[in-house]
Parts: sequence; structure tokens; C-alpha cells
Amino acid sequence: MAYVLKINGASHTVDADGDTPLLWVLRDVLQMTGTKFGCGMALCGACTVHLDGAATRACITTIDSVGDAAITTIEAIGQSDAGRKVQQAWLDLDVVQCGYCQSGQIMSATALLMSNAHPSDSDINDAMSGNVCRCGTYNRIRDAIKLAAGAKP
Amino acid sequence: MTLTFAHRVDSAALSRRAFLKASATAAGGLALGFVVPGRSEAAGTESAALNGFVRIEPDGRIHLTIPMVEMGQGTYTSLAMLLAEELEVKLDSIVPEHAPPNNALYANPILHEQSTGLSASTRGFWLPLRQAGAGARIMLVTAAAQRWKVDPAQCTAKDGVIRDPSGQRSLAYREVALAAAQIKPPALDQIKLKAPGQFTLIGTSPKRLEAAGKVSGRTQFGIDAIVPGMKFAAIAISPVGGGKPKQVNQAAALAVKGVRQVVAIDEAVAVVADHTGAAKKGLEAAAIQWDDGPNAQINSQGIVAQLKAGSETPGVIARNDGNVEQAFAKAARRFDAVYELPFLAHAAMEPMNCTVHLRKDTCEIWVGTQVPTTTQSRVAALTGLPKDAVILHNQFLGGGFGRRLEPDGTLLAVKIAKHVDGPVKVIWSREEDIQHDIYRPYYYDRISAAVDISGNPVAWHHRVCGSSVVARFAPPLFKNGLDFDAVEGAAEPPYAFPNILVDYVRVDPASITTGFWRGVGPVHNVFIVESFIDELAFAARQDPVDYRRRLLSNNPRALAVLNLAADKAGWGQTMPAGKARGISLQFAFGSYLSQVAEVAVDANGKVKVERIVCAVDCGIAVTPSMIEAQVQSGTIFGLTAALRGAITIKDGRVQQSNFDSYPPMRIDEVPRIETHIVPSTENPGGLGEAATAIVAPAVTNAIFAATGRRIRKLPIEEV
Ligand code: FES
Ligand code: FES
Repeated sequence: MAYVLKINGASHTVDADGDTPLLWVLRDVLQMTGTKFGCGMALCGACTVHLDGAATRACITTIDSVGDAAITTIEAIGQSDAGRKVQQAWLDLDVVQCGYCQSGQIMSATALLMSNAHPSDSDINDAMSGNVCRCGTYNRIRDAIKLAAGAKP
Repeated sequence: MTLTFAHRVDSAALSRRAFLKASATAAGGLALGFVVPGRSEAAGTESAALNGFVRIEPDGRIHLTIPMVEMGQGTYTSLAMLLAEELEVKLDSIVPEHAPPNNALYANPILHEQSTGLSASTRGFWLPLRQAGAGARIMLVTAAAQRWKVDPAQCTAKDGVIRDPSGQRSLAYREVALAAAQIKPPALDQIKLKAPGQFTLIGTSPKRLEAAGKVSGRTQFGIDAIVPGMKFAAIAISPVGGGKPKQVNQAAALAVKGVRQVVAIDEAVAVVADHTGAAKKGLEAAAIQWDDGPNAQINSQGIVAQLKAGSETPGVIARNDGNVEQAFAKAARRFDAVYELPFLAHAAMEPMNCTVHLRKDTCEIWVGTQVPTTTQSRVAALTGLPKDAVILHNQFLGGGFGRRLEPDGTLLAVKIAKHVDGPVKVIWSREEDIQHDIYRPYYYDRISAAVDISGNPVAWHHRVCGSSVVARFAPPLFKNGLDFDAVEGAAEPPYAFPNILVDYVRVDPASITTGFWRGVGPVHNVFIVESFIDELAFAARQDPVDYRRRLLSNNPRALAVLNLAADKAGWGQTMPAGKARGISLQFAFGSYLSQVAEVAVDANGKVKVERIVCAVDCGIAVTPSMIEAQVQSGTIFGLTAALRGAITIKDGRVQQSNFDSYPPMRIDEVPRIETHIVPSTENPGGLGEAATAIVAPAVTNAIFAATGRRIRKLPIEEV
């Protein structure tokens, strides 16, 4: 059946089985490829999007479970204050390497800062340990989150 | 003398044969590239120049075709810096572009192939890219001088602008690019390059050129390729190597909404659908049953037993200096140990994938690969198409680590595409990616040393035993039964041993294909050499750093990094109970590294690595921030493997499957990592893999210092 998804402020009607993971609807049906596939089992965070502002793994979120929650993806995260600051901090500290995990890292970091303006190291661990980076950019990710938090008014 | 990659640095050879060739671009700019006479494809033809490294277009943009692929190591930025330094342009005016497959144009001068690996990119292009930059600058300046009718030697160029001798007039590069295309390029041996003291860009840390796309989700990796009309395939490959699908419930798969087709080929089944979600659901519904074939009895224990037996027989000599046998016979004491390292998967974040559009007379491919030319040739052979009908669009790589040196994923996708009308994107699940990797070999090495009465080594014998990657991957380089990669880091340890024997026993376990893994030979050998040196130091009741120092009197660069790491780490200062430091040292990929690890071991034996201090002498530090990033990256990659990386086989099947059973390090576990760079004017060494190789022994030596437990078998944690 058809589902209506609110993604980055626009409505999209998608005709797919209700148990289809949101990830594949985003990537394959809507061709929004910024959200990545890494594990398919909520083990790596590459597919992280926001559902009403909360970091959510799109690979295990079926489209029939989304309801009318607002979905935000990496493509639009820079439109929020927190997202823009996180992206800028990532650039300032040259966090990325291969870059494949970074959409998910930025989505998780932004969700963290939206709910906690000044996270401690252990807050960062809690929010970010679901996001794997095989390139090992973790040290700079931590620094960049702190930089983004410090830059907040 | 063993043949190692360090000895194959051959950029001087390129400059002897090659010359620069210029032409006008279609848009009216200057194109400049290398022509290497005698290279098979396209050599000396017009296309050689037109496709060359550099295009300076009338819009002022400078396009640099980057022969190597970007997989996180920062090569797009570092190689662009080499060009910009001599071309005298701002780095951000350079637009890096992926190179199409063409060995004649884009071979790495070290590897003699368009292949990104073995930490050879900066080393390979250090000379040619600076020559290309300088050559273009000379031509542009000459063109401006001709227009002004002044002496070009009196003109200056900076930030893409040429000034006349008076400083009154100026011309931008774009204004003279077309005129410059008419000027004969200077001969390479006439080009005077800057001395290291004159560098203004090399040695600085500009931001990565490709970062903006990567923080906004715009960067296109292979898996992101969008081709109009494409379908999506999920695949299952026989869980046992050599097995075949026996039963496939096609009807159930086709009943899933969005599923279009079920394709069964020899070793795999693919379900093709409108999107990957449907394809995966269809694959599950297909409930495939496998005929396991002849390899279903294979187990890790059997493989290790086979390697153990092999290690008991003499191998092919990689190095034999002095008289090891005699030295052992006369020695005061001898030490013997067995070291083992497991199979490892690469597990790059971007799972294996490939998009193919196979038509009657062309095969178009979208993939991120470290080996575009090999892939093109193998696809040509598979399809029967001529090589230039195989059009490969290389993409950003979501990690490589050696996995993308293998064309298997592309070949599998092409086999599936043969049955599909139109383009198809094949994505492997993480489980397929881990269970059908091409693994780092299992090594079962024996090492022995004879020491004199003061405990100093007088003889050293290291026998490497494992499968040969080189014999499979590059047969012509497998000479006289010796795999030069398998012994790299063993045959030439940094220490002076009066008698040293290193031999290699090749044992290829059935049905497990092995390949290069970040850090290649050194990642296994450095662990063993540095652990065993530590064993000897403790047996001699000497401080491990002092003990190493005494063996380095003829190796000043190694000694300097050792001292720097020890100094910065506070070596010798006491640590609380349960915590200790360990040290390691290596020369590999043309770079010297030393690391100190600080570990804490709790009452249950659980290891936490708290701090890593790394000293690096990689010659001229082209981009210090990238070196720091690669030290962090390499260290974490190597540490993950050292702590818990292992692929094991049971009943012919790989037992690990996803990030739960093959767990990567996460942000809450990684140590602080400090990088200290030794200033140098030597030519650059490689750094993408060095830290991966060095970290394990620093950690296990620290664990020994903390607990007295000597780890001779990786991983550290039980699996
Ligand atoms: S792909 Fe969703 S968490 Fe890994
Ligand atoms: S940057 Fe490559 S996986 Fe994180």
C-alpha cells in the first residue's frame, strides 16, 4: 500500500510493503543517497536519520512504523542550527576520512547537541558509541562535538 | 637482499623515460600530461596528453586527474598539494577528478600499475606531480612573457597570477592557458624544483579538498551510483567456498512485492527488485538450500595444524647473513617461540557493491575500486568485450584497506548483470561482506634467537609460514617460491644482528582465499619481531628501550623515533599498579615509526588501552594534519584487530557475520593518540598503513609489563 512520509519538510508518497526499511525507501526509491547502509542490524549507525529530532536507525525502521513523524536526513541537517554547527566543526577539524560513516556520525552528533547543549565525555560516549567508523576518526569526532557545543550561543 | 616495496621506489626511472606533452583543451585551456614511451596503451598518442594530469581551463579552474583513488587516506588533497606547490596556485583552485582506467597514463611509478595500495601514493607521485606543476608554470609564464615581450626569467608567478618584471602588469593563468598550450613543454631534467626550504604549501595542513561533500551527504560512493532505470539486487553467495545453490524457492521470492527476477549463477543467487528492501525480502523468501561441495569439512583447527606442520619444515630463504647455525651452536642461551596471527576481514564501512549496465557491445560499471585497470581487464575477459568497451566509472571508496584491491565483487555483479535487462546495482549485505571477504592470511611463525652472556642477540632466525598473497595476486612477482610481502618487516628488522636467517614456508589452506589487508606484510611481522625483541630484553633484565637502543647504533632514524616516542611518553616514569607501558619500533613503507602504549589491565584480565604516543619520521611531512589522521586511523584499525579481530572457520563456513561477531572499536574505547613528527628533508615515506602495523606489539608489550603475560597469539581477547 501507499505510505506518506514527511522527509525534510516535503511529503512523499511511497508504494512499498509496510515492512520495508526506511533506509531503502530513502536511498533506492527516493534516491536520497546521503543516508548510508552499513550493517542492516542497528549495529553501526551509518543509516542514522532523525525522527522528530531523535536519532533513529533507518535500517530497522519500517515505513509502516513512521506514522506522521518528521524525518530529517543528512541532506537537510544543515538547515538546523545544531546541524550547521556540527558540519562546520567537522570541516574545521578535518574529521572525515573515507567519509562513508560521516552522515550517520553527524546525524547522531546533531541529535545529541539538540537535546544536550554541553555534553560531557560520557554523554558523547553514550550518544556516539552506536556509530562505527572503520577509518578511526573517533578522536576528531569527539573534539568536533565539543567545538560545535562551544560555538553555541 | 630481499625485494621489498621500499626498494621498488622507482620514480626516478619514470623521469628518465617520460616527457611532458601539452595540448589545448576543448574549452580553450592548457592540458599537460606525461607520456611514457613504450607503455602499451595510448602511449604517445594525442589522447595521452588530453587525458593527462592537469587541465587549466579558461574559467580559472585547474582540473587534476588523480591517478590514485581516495579512500580516506587524504590522497586527493596531498597529491593536489604537490601540484599546487610548483604550479604556484591556491590549493582550493584545484578540482580533483577520478582517473579512468589507463595504466599507460596513470600507473603508480612504484607499483607500475594504476593501483592504490601499499602506502605508495605520495611516494610514487612525489616527483611527477611536482614536475607537472613546475612544467605547467614555466609554460604559462613563458606565454605571458611572450605577450609582454619580456624575459620570462624576470617574471614571477604566485597564486595563479603572473607578473611582469616591473610588477606593473599581470596576467592570470587562465588568460594565457591557451597560448601556453602552443609552447613546447620543458624537458623533465631541465625543470628545477624547489628545495624543501622553499616550500610554502608542502608541510602545511590545509583542509581536505573533498570534505564538504562528505559532511553534507553529497559525496557519491560506489554504492550511491544512480543510473536511470536501474534495478537493485540482493545476493547470497554459497556459505562454503565451492558450493552451489541446490534449491531456490523462486515462486516465493517473486511473490514479494517489487521483486522482478531471481538469478541463480554458479556460486550465488541474486534477487532483483525495484529497491533493495524488496530484494532482501525476496532473498529471504527464496529459502535457498546449498550443496556445500567439497569444502564443508574445513575448520580452523585443521588449517592451523596444516600451518604448524609447514612451519616445522625449512622454507625458501629470504635473507641469510652470517652463519646462523654456527652462532646458535656457540651461543650462551637460546630462546624459541611460536607466534600466531588470525585470519582477518577488512570490513570497510561501505559494503561491497557494484552497479553494472551490460549491453550487447559495452559494459558500463560504477564501483569504487583500488584497481581500475585490473578490474577492466578482468571484466573484458569475462564478457568477451574489448577492454575499451568496458567503461569503468570509479567512485569515492567508503574504505578500502586492501579489500578493494580485488575485483571479485565487480565480476560477480557482471555475472548477474548478464541475466538482467538494463542496469543493476548489486549490494552485499554486511554478512556477505564479512563471510566472503578475501582474508588476511593466518600466520604461524617460528622465531628463535641466540644471545651472548650479556643477553645481546648474536643470531636470529624467523620462519614465516602462511599463504602467499603475492603468488595469487601478482604471480610474476612471486619469484623462486618467495613471497616478498609475507617476509616484509621480518627480513629487514631495524636492528643489527650479526647472523640472521629469515625463511618462508608457503601453505595455502584450501578454499580460503587470502589477500592484502591494511599494513600487509609488516602488520604481521612487526608484531612478532617487536614482541620477541621485548622477550629478549626482559630475559636479559634490561629496559626494553635501552635494549633496542644498543641494537640501533647504525640506524639513526630508527633510533631517533624510538627516543622521541619514549621521551614524549614519559618512558621510565612509574605507573600505578595494573598499568604499564610498552614500546615498539618499525621501518616500513619508507617510514620510521615508534609507539608507546599505556594499558590498564583489571583484575579480570580485561585490557584497556588508555594512551598511544607515536613518533613518526616519514621524511618530508607533506600534510602534517593528514599524518596525524592516518596515525589515529591506522592505530585504531590495528588495535581493533589486535584486541579482538579474528575470522574463524567451522564446517567450511566463516563464523563471524556482522559487527556483533566481528566487533569494531567504538568511540568509548579508543585511546588518546598523540603524534609527534620528526622534521626531515628526506623524500616522503608512506603512511596509510604504518600505524596499523606498529600498534599491536606496543600494546602486548605493555600487557606483559603490567601482568607478566606474554601474548604470542592474536587477538588479545578470547574469541
Ligand atoms: S545500517 Fe543501520 S545501523 Fe548499520
Ligand atoms: S570516515 Fe571512513 S568509516 Fe568513518
